[in-house]
Amino acid sequence: MASDRIDIRHVAKLARLALTEDEIATYGAQLGDLMSHVDELGSLDTQNVAATAQVVPSRNVQRADAVRPETMLTHEAALRNAPQAQNGYFRVPRIIAEEG
Amino acid sequence: MDPITDSAREIAAAVNLREISAAEVAERLIPHVARLDRHIGAYLELTPALMRERAAIVDRRIAAGERLPLAGVPVAIKDNMCLTGTHTTAGSKILRDFIAPYTATVVQRLLDAGALPVGKTNLDEFAMGSSGENSALGVTRNPYDLDRVPGGSSAGSAAAVGGFEATLSFGSDTGGSIREPAAFCNVVGFKPTYGRVSRYGLIAFASSLDQIGPFARTVADAALAYDTIGGHDPLDATSVDRPLEPTADGLREDLHGVRVGIVKEFALANLADAGVRACYESAYRELAALGAELVEVELPTADYGLATYYLIAPAECSSNLARFDGVRYGLRVDGDDVGEMYERTRAAGFGPEVKRRILIGTYALSSGYYDAYYLKAQKARTRVAEDFARAFERCDVIASPAAASPAFGFKAKSDPVAMYLMDYYTIPVSLAGLPALSVPCGAVIPEGGTRPMPMGLQLATPLFTERALLGYAHAYERATRHAERLAPVEIAAA
Amino acid sequence: MSTTAIPRGDLTPALLDKYEPVIGIECHVELKTATKMFCGCPNVFGGEPNTNVCPVCLALPGALPVPNAAAIDHLIRAGLAFGATIPVHSKFDRKNYFYPDMPKNYQISQYDLPLTQGGVVRYWLEDGSRAECRLTRIHLEEDTGKSTHASADGRLAGATSSLVDFNRAGVPLMECVGEPDLRSAAEAVGFLETLARTFRELGVSDVKMEEGSLRCDANVSIRLRGAADYGTKAEIKNMNSFRSVRRAIESEIARQINVLETGGRVIQETRGWDESAGVTHSQRSKEQAHDYRYFPDPDLVPIDVTAEYVEQVRATLTELPFERFVRYVDEFGIDSKRATQLVDDAPLAAWFDRAVTASQNPQATVAFVLGDLSRLANESGTPVAAGKVTPDALAELVKLTSSNAINSKAAKQVLETLWNEGGSATALVEREGLAQVSDRGAVEALVDQVLAANPKVVDDYRGGKTNVLGFLTGAVMKESRGKANPALAQELLKEKLGAG
Repeated sequence: MASDRIDIRHVAKLARLALTEDEIATYGAQLGDLMSHVDELGSLDTQNVAATAQVVPSRNVQRADAVRPETMLTHEAALRNAPQAQNGYFRVPRIIAEEG
Repeated sequence: MDPITDSAREIAAAVNLREISAAEVAERLIPHVARLDRHIGAYLELTPALMRERAAIVDRRIAAGERLPLAGVPVAIKDNMCLTGTHTTAGSKILRDFIAPYTATVVQRLLDAGALPVGKTNLDEFAMGSSGENSALGVTRNPYDLDRVPGGSSAGSAAAVGGFEATLSFGSDTGGSIREPAAFCNVVGFKPTYGRVSRYGLIAFASSLDQIGPFARTVADAALAYDTIGGHDPLDATSVDRPLEPTADGLREDLHGVRVGIVKEFALANLADAGVRACYESAYRELAALGAELVEVELPTADYGLATYYLIAPAECSSNLARFDGVRYGLRVDGDDVGEMYERTRAAGFGPEVKRRILIGTYALSSGYYDAYYLKAQKARTRVAEDFARAFERCDVIASPAAASPAFGFKAKSDPVAMYLMDYYTIPVSLAGLPALSVPCGAVIPEGGTRPMPMGLQLATPLFTERALLGYAHAYERATRHAERLAPVEIAAA
Repeated sequence: MSTTAIPRGDLTPALLDKYEPVIGIECHVELKTATKMFCGCPNVFGGEPNTNVCPVCLALPGALPVPNAAAIDHLIRAGLAFGATIPVHSKFDRKNYFYPDMPKNYQISQYDLPLTQGGVVRYWLEDGSRAECRLTRIHLEEDTGKSTHASADGRLAGATSSLVDFNRAGVPLMECVGEPDLRSAAEAVGFLETLARTFRELGVSDVKMEEGSLRCDANVSIRLRGAADYGTKAEIKNMNSFRSVRRAIESEIARQINVLETGGRVIQETRGWDESAGVTHSQRSKEQAHDYRYFPDPDLVPIDVTAEYVEQVRATLTELPFERFVRYVDEFGIDSKRATQLVDDAPLAAWFDRAVTASQNPQATVAFVLGDLSRLANESGTPVAAGKVTPDALAELVKLTSSNAINSKAAKQVLETLWNEGGSATALVEREGLAQVSDRGAVEALVDQVLAANPKVVDDYRGGKTNVLGFLTGAVMKESRGKANPALAQELLKEKLGAG
C-alpha cells in the first residue's frame, strides 16, 4: 500500500514533541523514507496468522495482594529528582485541557 | 595473577581463595580505568567510592567463610540500568541529572554475587542505535581503532571489556545491541532468551524485545555471568518462571553431531566486501572442522525483519518514553502551561534518533493506522518465529554474520536507514525471542582502513536452550581463539 | 432562531412528557484491596502527599507492573454478581494520553478483551417499583494521582499551577459501563445505588462517593417519545453524590429540552456539573476526539480464565441486595421503604433474618427491629447486631406480643430491659409480672369498677361524645396497673356502654 504523506505535525502533537519547521521537514522526509521500506510488509501474507503480543508462553502472571514495604520509596527519595516540588507535592504549570 | 587481564573465573577463584583481596582488585582497576577511559570513553560515570565500598563488603563476607560466584570481579554496567545513588542517564540529556533511587534486579544480583561496579557505561540514547554515536552525553571509541565506532547501542559496555577496562560488562539487546558491538569490539556478547533475565530496573526501550546480557572476553566468562543474573523475578511479569539450567559446566570442546543451520537468505554472496565474505566462509569451515554438519535452512520472512522491527520497537518505545515529561524527574523546560512544558522538555531532552522513533511509533499506533502497521507487524513477527521453529527442526544452531561489516568510522552512516541495516542479521532473532550471541571469528581490514578490525559470528538456538548455545560457542572459541590474535590500540601510560 | 429560553421551573409536564430521556451511566469504582493494582504499595486513602509510592506507581525509568491477583478476583466476582460473561481470554492494554496525574502518561486498562462482558443490574426505585439496566462491560484499570489546582476556588479554570500527589496512582479501579437503558434521573440514581450496594455487599469496594471510591459520569440525551433513534448525547461529569447525580441529570434533561424547543441542536460534548449553581457547563476543549492508541501492554502477559475458576468464584456469591429486597417485599410483605432500610444495613439485615427464622413473623419483627430496637441502638451508639438483644430473644418477644400475652407498653419495657441486660423475654415477663390480663372476667370486673366510678363520663358517652372512650380505656389500664389487654378493655367498655 502506498504510504500516505505523514502528518508530522499531528503525530508530534500526539507525542508532545515541539518540532521546528526544519525538523518537521527533515523528519517528514526521513520517516517517509522509512515507511516506504515498512510498506513492504504489505506483501507478506498474514491472513489467518495470530499476532504475537508476547513471545513468552506465560499466562496469568500475578502477585499476591500483600504489601511490599521493601520496594517502596521514602518521601525524600520520591521527591529527590523532582524538577519542582512544593510542600511535598510535584509542582507543574497550569493545566489547560481537562485531559492533556 | 592480574585483575586487569585475567578472566572472571580466575579472579573470582583467587578472591574466594584469598590469594588476592577484592580491595586490591579495586585499587588496581581504579587508576587503570581512569587513565584508559580518557581515550576510550566507555564510561559516563566511574564509581570508585562504590567500588571500594562493595570490595570491603566482599572481603568481609569471604573472611566469614562465604564463597561468591563473582567475588571481586570488576564489572561495568550500561547506563540504562538503575543503580541506587548513581546517575542513570540512558545516554540522554533528559536524564542527565537523574540519580536512581532504586537498583535493578540484575544489578542487585551482581552486587550480591560479589561483583565490583567500575562504573556506568555509555550507550546510544535510550538504547536506540547501532554505533554509540547517538549518545547525547559522550563519545565512546572502539578500543581496536579509536577512530572507529564501538557499535551500539551497548557501546560502552562492549568497549570496556574489549579495552580491558572491566572483566565483565552488562548491556541490553533489543535488535542486536549486545551482539553487534561485541562483534565490533572483539568480545563475546550474549543475549539470553527473552524472559530469562529480569528487566526490572532496565530503562525500557521496546518491552517485548529488550533483554539484559553479558559481555566477556571468553564464552566461559559469559556463561558464569549469565548463571549469576538469570532466572525468574517476581517484579517482572515477563520474566519466565522456569528453572535456570546452569551453563558454566556445559561447555563442550567439539561440535560432533551438531547440525549448524546456514540461512539461505543470509547468503554470504550478498555481502559486498570480499574480505568480510572470506572471513565468514572461513568461520563456517571452522565449524565444520569441529565436526558440525552444515545444513542449509530457510528463513523466508527474514527480509521482513527490519520492517517488522522498525514498527514494533518504535511503537513500544513511543509509549515507554512518554513518562519523560519533566514532572517527576529529569530535565524540565518550563512553559506557560503543562502542555507547553511537555513539548519543550521533550524537544530539548531527546536527540534526533529518539524523536524519529517516537514519531514513527506514535504514527504506527495512531487511529486508522494500527491495523496496517502495528498489528500487521505483530503478525509478521509470528511468521518470523514460525520460520525459526521450522528451521530448528533441521538444525540445532543457526550460524550467521553478527554484522555485515566491521566497525565503521564515525559519521560513516549518516542516513538513518543505512544505520538500521546494521541490524539485519540480529533483528529476526530478536523478534523470535531466541537466545543468541556473537563470538569473535576473525578480523578484516576495512575498506579505507589499515588495522584489522574484529568480526563476530552470530549463533542462535531455540528458546530456553542457553546451555547448548554457550556449549557450541565455547567449542568454536576454544578451537579457533580468534580474539587472542588481536590487541586493542596501545594507550600510552601518561 | 433563538427564542427566549424556557426557565426550568416552567417546563410543563406536557413538555417533559413530549421527550424521553435516555441515560447511560459509566462509573469508576476503587477496589478494596490491600495493595495497588500493579505494585506492592498499600491501597489506603489519604496520607501526606507522595508518601505512598514506589518506582512502579511513580513511573520511574525501568519500573514494571505486576497485576494484583485479588483485584482480578474482585472484578470477576462483581461481574458474576450481575450475570456477566467472563471470557476465556483477557488482557491489559495501554491507553496513551498525557496528563500530569498519570505518571506513565499511559494508563494500563483493558480495551477489546475486558474481564467481563454484558450482565444486568436489577434495581428498585424509591416507590418500590423494579427495573433493569443492562451492563456493557466491567473492566480493570489503574487510578491516577490527584492534582490540586492553585487558583482562588481550587478549580482547574484560572489556576496558575497545579500540585500533584501520586499516593492514589495505581489504585485498582473497576470501570463499569451501563447500557443507555435508563429513562429518568430517578432510574439513574436507583441503578447507581444498587450497583453500589452490591459492590459493598460483595466486599469489593467501600463505594464512598465522598472519598472518591465511586465516581460516575452520565451520558444524557433526549428524543421524542416514541422515536426509534437516539438523540445526541452529552457527557456529564463532576457529580459527587447521589443527590448531585439526580440534580445534574434533571438539569441536563431540562437544558436539552430547552435547546430543542428553542430550535437548537444538542452538541456532543462534555459538561461539568456545578453543584452550587445547579447547572452544567460546557467543557468543550479545542481539540478533536482523543486518539488513545490502544495496544496490548507488552509488560504484561495475557489472562486465561478457566471455567473451574469461574465456578469457584461463583460459589462464593451470597444473597445480593436486590435478591434480598425482593425477598423482604415479596416473601415477607414488608413495604419497600423499610425493606430498603434493612438492605442498606447488611449486619442488621442478617440479624433480622435470624430473628424472623425464629419468630416466623416478619411483619411484627420488622416493626420492632426498625422501630424501638433501632431507636435504642441509635441512642446508645451500639449497632443492633452488636447489642445484647439476641435474635432469639426478639423472636420470643414477638411471639409474646402477637399472642397477646403482653401488651405493647409492656413489650417496650421488656425490650429496653433486654437491651440493657440481655436475657430471655419470657423469663423477664415472668420476673416482672408483665403478663397482660386477658381474662375476660377479670377485665370485666375492672371495667365495671371504672364505669361505676365515672358516671358523668358514661353519660357523656351515651350522650354522643364517643371520644371519651379513650379516657375510659385509659382508666381501666390505670386500674390494672397497665396490665389489662387494652383491646379487650375497650371491647367490654363499648359493650357495657352500649347497653343501657
